Amino acid sequence: MRWFLRRLLFYVFALWVAVSLNFLLPRLMPGDPVGGVLAHLSPAQIQSNPGIVQTYRDLLGGGKGSLGSEYVKYLGHVATFDFGISTSNYPSKVTEVIGRTLPYSIALVGVAFLLAFVLGIAIGMVAAWRRGGIVDNFVVPAMMSLGAFPAFFTSLVAVYFLGLKAGWFPIQHAYDSAVTPGFNWTFISSAVRHAELPVLIIMFVYAGGWVLNMRTVMINTIAEDYVAMAHAKGLSDTRVMTRYAGRNAILPPLNGFAAQFATAVGGLVFIEFVFSYPGAGLTLQQAALGADYPLTQALLLVFAVTVIVANFIMDIANFVLDPRVRTG
Amino acid sequence: MSAVATRTLLELDDVSVEYALRDRVVRAVDGVSLSLAPGETLGIAGESGSGKSTLANAILQILKPPAQLAGGRVLFEGRDLAAMKPDELRRFRWRHVSLVFQSAMDVLNPVMRVGDQFVDMLKAHEKVKKADALQRAGDLFELVGIDRNRVRAYPHQLSGGMRQRVVIAMALALRPELIVLDEPTTALDVVVQREILQELQQLKDELGFAVIFITHDLSLLVEFSERIAIMYAGEVIELASGETLFRDPRHPYTVGLMRSFPPLTGPLERIAGIPGSPPDMAAPPSGCRFNPRCPHCDPTDARLYARQTDERPRLREIAPGHLVACHLVEERP
Repeated sequence: MRWFLRRLLFYVFALWVAVSLNFLLPRLMPGDPVGGVLAHLSPAQIQSNPGIVQTYRDLLGGGKGSLGSEYVKYLGHVATFDFGISTSNYPSKVTEVIGRTLPYSIALVGVAFLLAFVLGIAIGMVAAWRRGGIVDNFVVPAMMSLGAFPAFFTSLVAVYFLGLKAGWFPIQHAYDSAVTPGFNWTFISSAVRHAELPVLIIMFVYAGGWVLNMRTVMINTIAEDYVAMAHAKGLSDTRVMTRYAGRNAILPPLNGFAAQFATAVGGLVFIEFVFSYPGAGLTLQQAALGADYPLTQALLLVFAVTVIVANFIMDIANFVLDPRVRTG
Repeated sequence: MSAVATRTLLELDDVSVEYALRDRVVRAVDGVSLSLAPGETLGIAGESGSGKSTLANAILQILKPPAQLAGGRVLFEGRDLAAMKPDELRRFRWRHVSLVFQSAMDVLNPVMRVGDQFVDMLKAHEKVKKADALQRAGDLFELVGIDRNRVRAYPHQLSGGMRQRVVIAMALALRPELIVLDEPTTALDVVVQREILQELQQLKDELGFAVIFITHDLSLLVEFSERIAIMYAGEVIELASGETLFRDPRHPYTVGLMRSFPPLTGPLERIAGIPGSPPDMAAPPSGCRFNPRCPHCDPTDARLYARQTDERPRLREIAPGHLVACHLVEERP
């Protein structure tokens, strides 16, 4: 329990640092961010949203108050999720824009990365267990070369052959344009169908790294005495591989997984671009190019929080999987 | 020899183990023949790298590549282990021969409760419910002097001595006919070491299993073993009862080993030790492998010197139950 509180305290601190950096960054930018933002709105748009200028000033700087009082106002906005209007998506609020893109990113990246991890771990485990066997000699190099191509290239090739030529997969958007998003079967099945190819691509592009990672750790684990002991005890080969060698070898890659997952939520622009997938990465890119500072600021904060949350989840996973952490 | 009259439990017949490395082959165990009667304690002593542990792994057929059995047979109750099918061999391990590893610290899976590691082993050999298996683990824990509630502990929550006791309890669990102790107490302090060995001796008297006790600590062997085999560079160079070996060691290497620990009683002598170091097993010396370090190997007696440096000495019986592989002993008994 004390371990848990200590970690929690650390993450609260990390969150505070992220929020504060997000406050400082636009204020350190040369020029006048608020002026730049307002330039994207027509006078009529500004008129019809009273208080919007003040909101932008609180969030991005350029107000008359001291840094301290601005910080307090900024925190107030962040706490109420009030990031103003997204200029590039007028009249949508920043939170609305994020709300309709982020869930797709998290779901897509979440599922795809989890599958990539499971696939990579399984292949790496078997490859190390039977070194020089079929999996080690053929599957591992195949996965490696898949991962070695630039990801956008792999995606384009897959879209062209599997989507356009073969017609097996839909090639763009997150769901069929005829369905309206909602919690119903038509929408969910359409969303799943549209996610299939992106998920497959991400899975095969990223699994190679886990294969190598797991294989290396696993080779070292196999040399451990408790693996020899497990053999001597008369356990079956599969049981030794999974329960003794694999179970222990998975811990280091698992820690890398959190970091990769967190950065990918905001970083899979290539896949979103190729598939016109309405994800957070593409949204950030467009916001940044369109000088939509309110949206950019909010997205950066969201990505920072994702990193923190992912790490926290990984800490808990470690806590559950490794008894040494609990007392250590 | 008395072993002829009694039943043989384990027979090593000209066993060789090689490590096939990328550019060369290292023969870690070279033509070792030993036999063991039921309930007997056989000690195996030698320096680090003399092939003791490799031999232990060969007995259970758990050699890991690049190590492999290069020749000879391991017979258990007359059955050749190398000829067993994988599943047969799997069921044979631990049921008939268990192994207490060198490093008690590292043989328990750090992320599994020790009780679960027990359950795993029991389930691999018999149909047993988890609760019953844990019950049996608890009983065995008490047998080796650990609180039965410790089945719920993780390895890192136990001290080194307790972990070694857990491993010993595991080794006893299926009542095997033979337990191989591979330097079971090297990682422990002297007091715990002695305690554990005495407990093992008691258990052995109660349960009647045979023991192969591998160590570099000859003083422990003399105390706990009936017969002792001395290994040097992958070969057995002397084999005799503990008493004979202690009183009348014949191989110059054994003599050196005996001198390298202080006597427990009597006046302290200067500890002599053995000059030099064990040979590189990738290119062992020709003739007697001990010849570069042997105090009795000098060119003045040209004929003997030629034999020592060219001809491999064979293990010969010089007195009932006392075998030595040494040209010098052969020529000047």
